[in-house]
Amino acid sequence: MLADARTLCPDLAVRISDPAGDLDFLEKLAVWAQRWGPWSALDPPDGLLVDITAVAHLFGGEARLLADVETCFARRALAVRVAAAPTAGAAWALAHFGPRAAILTGEDDALERLSGLPVAALRLDGDVLTVLRRLGLKRLGDMTGRFGDTKGRDAIMRRFRNRRSPAANPLVRMDQLLGKVPEPLLPVIPQRMPLVQRRLAEPIRHRELLDQVLHDLAADMGRVLEGSAQGARRLELGLWRVDGEVVTRPLELSAATRDPAHICRLFAAKLDDVDAGFGIETIRLRASWAEPLSLEQSDIESTAETHGTSLSACIDRLSVRLGPRAVQRPVSHASHIPERAQRWQPPLEPEPASQGELAFHARPLKLLDKAEYISVLYATPDGFPRQFRWRGKVHEVVRVEGPERIAPEWWRERSTVRLRDYYRIEDGEGRRYWIYRHGLIGDGRGGLPDWYLQGLCG
Amino acid sequence: MQADADSLPCPPLSGAIADLPATVRGVMSARVSAKWTPGQGRIYHSEVFASGRDSSGVCAALALAQDGLLARKPALGAAPARVPEISDQRAILWVQDRSSVRLTGRPYRPGLPADLRHRIIHVVAEKPEDVLFALEEGVRCRDLACVIGEVTGNPKALGFTASRRLSLAAERHGVPLWLVRLDADHDLSSARMRWDVRAAPSPPPRWNADAPGNPAWRARLFRSRMHPPGEWILRSDPAGLSAQKPAEIHHDSTAPAAANECDPKPAPNPVDLDRPTVGRSMAAL
Repeated sequence: MLADARTLCPDLAVRISDPAGDLDFLEKLAVWAQRWGPWSALDPPDGLLVDITAVAHLFGGEARLLADVETCFARRALAVRVAAAPTAGAAWALAHFGPRAAILTGEDDALERLSGLPVAALRLDGDVLTVLRRLGLKRLGDMTGRFGDTKGRDAIMRRFRNRRSPAANPLVRMDQLLGKVPEPLLPVIPQRMPLVQRRLAEPIRHRELLDQVLHDLAADMGRVLEGSAQGARRLELGLWRVDGEVVTRPLELSAATRDPAHICRLFAAKLDDVDAGFGIETIRLRASWAEPLSLEQSDIESTAETHGTSLSACIDRLSVRLGPRAVQRPVSHASHIPERAQRWQPPLEPEPASQGELAFHARPLKLLDKAEYISVLYATPDGFPRQFRWRGKVHEVVRVEGPERIAPEWWRERSTVRLRDYYRIEDGEGRRYWIYRHGLIGDGRGGLPDWYLQGLCG
Repeated sequence: MQADADSLPCPPLSGAIADLPATVRGVMSARVSAKWTPGQGRIYHSEVFASGRDSSGVCAALALAQDGLLARKPALGAAPARVPEISDQRAILWVQDRSSVRLTGRPYRPGLPADLRHRIIHVVAEKPEDVLFALEEGVRCRDLACVIGEVTGNPKALGFTASRRLSLAAERHGVPLWLVRLDADHDLSSARMRWDVRAAPSPPPRWNADAPGNPAWRARLFRSRMHPPGEWILRSDPAGLSAQKPAEIHHDSTAPAAANECDPKPAPNPVDLDRPTVGRSMAAL
């Protein structure tokens, strides 16, 4: 497609679209636009709404405010269409389809001013616009003119009676435009990420100095977070080297904290493999995820000596040294296949809601990661196991309970998966295992069934 | 070590005894103590030696730990009451090294005791040093009910010094540690109680005598500071842990050394099969 277009027009300039970046830019622009009003809202993909209620006189009136907006945007090389109106809908309609820098004041007759605009000014979905066009309603005036007699409005309401969403119902949009129906907007609130940094006069190359700077930074970060009554959940340490390389070390915490000693201790394990090169000249610590944390007693490390650490501190230390996947908690999962009935999740996360387990059948205390093949002596086709060989030793089976038949989950597995017949067994020395026969003779899903040992009972 | 001895939680003794180090005090108290029975808490570091071919070791450790937790609740001096403590919802740290995961698998939530299954925090460590680190961090955490460790073999890192370090930390912070040693020799250790556990035939259930019943183990206490060594058949059922002398179960074991534990002969009647297996008198040891 692009090649075809280039053949026709060789001078075609191509830019890669970046919707996420555009949205990010729009968010920044919305925060910046709060210079004209106390709050602003996004209108993706390309619009901004600023509340200038009782603000315009600070700029010398609405007209001069809009002129200021146009100047400011033009200085940043951004094309902009602005309009001011008593409602967000009317301002949107005027900005998109009205004259340049249109101003609609409260005293004006909004219906009359807006009647010449196309129905697309109502911010409707494409299919609704098609319906309206087929109905012959092309301008707002076509609709408002019929509102004089109530029959016209009734007819439109009947046609769109099932459309609840404002974007699909022209009457709701019309009322929002005229301010008869409230239209809540979500304001943009800038959130500052707590950030502390040190620029060093002399680049550091040694670990002791780095630890010292890190300690200072952690103390600064603790103060910054304490000022906003927050605690960090994720921290990022950035080390700028003299030669321009940047080394980053992320740190995730299981509970919000701002204790400098705890942060230093966790980072210390992550800084062992930092290559300082010719020296590190800037160190920056950023809390990219913070959670509210009320003030509490400080100096946890010294109390830990006497009263022990808290659970979250213990989990943090374990997961920093052993890796986050090493510390986990088993939670139940809705499945009757034994190895799927349990999942693992981080230890301090809330447990997902689950149904109570039916205690009809005993389950083993431990489950092997992968069921191990055993060779079993049993009376075919489906008799009790008598003897089996596992890991090179022979076990005599003296007590059996079973079979407990567990069928495969047909809604997610293929039809050739075999069922399992589980037996709880005890051997001559009292060792208890959980074994299963994988399939039946003559079930059409393979030859003779295999036996597997999956669990170890207590 | 002197400083640690002073900070240990112990009732005030008379001046001369209180000045002694903890080790000497332990030896002295061992002389006056009685035989072990279930329901005696306040043991902070125990080791359970077991085979890696079944999970009887960790199951026995869980049962003993649960027993100790129930018994530890009442105030000092009061008789230990075996009342289930509903309010205790503290987590249990379960540390395994990689080879114990490979040998005996991971804990399986539906099969755990009902009051423990939502409290387990499971840690897999690759190296023995990491296991020791995790155990020590767990023992120093005040929010844990107890710490269970599983270590295979006799790693070099788990020497006497390391176990002494664990003992001191456990006693200082009051978090019981149960270390299960799979396929390990009885090396030097400072554990306060050391058990040798292997599976024993379970009592037949009430409704189906051919089915395996509640877990049972033959446990030998071979080293302890508080109690003389001995051997018991431990049984865990929903009511709690019970211990019986092997001779009390098998009245036919009056002839010493008649039964040989090495080759249990499979009998045609499976219900009576447990007799030759464990029918041994204490003299046979």
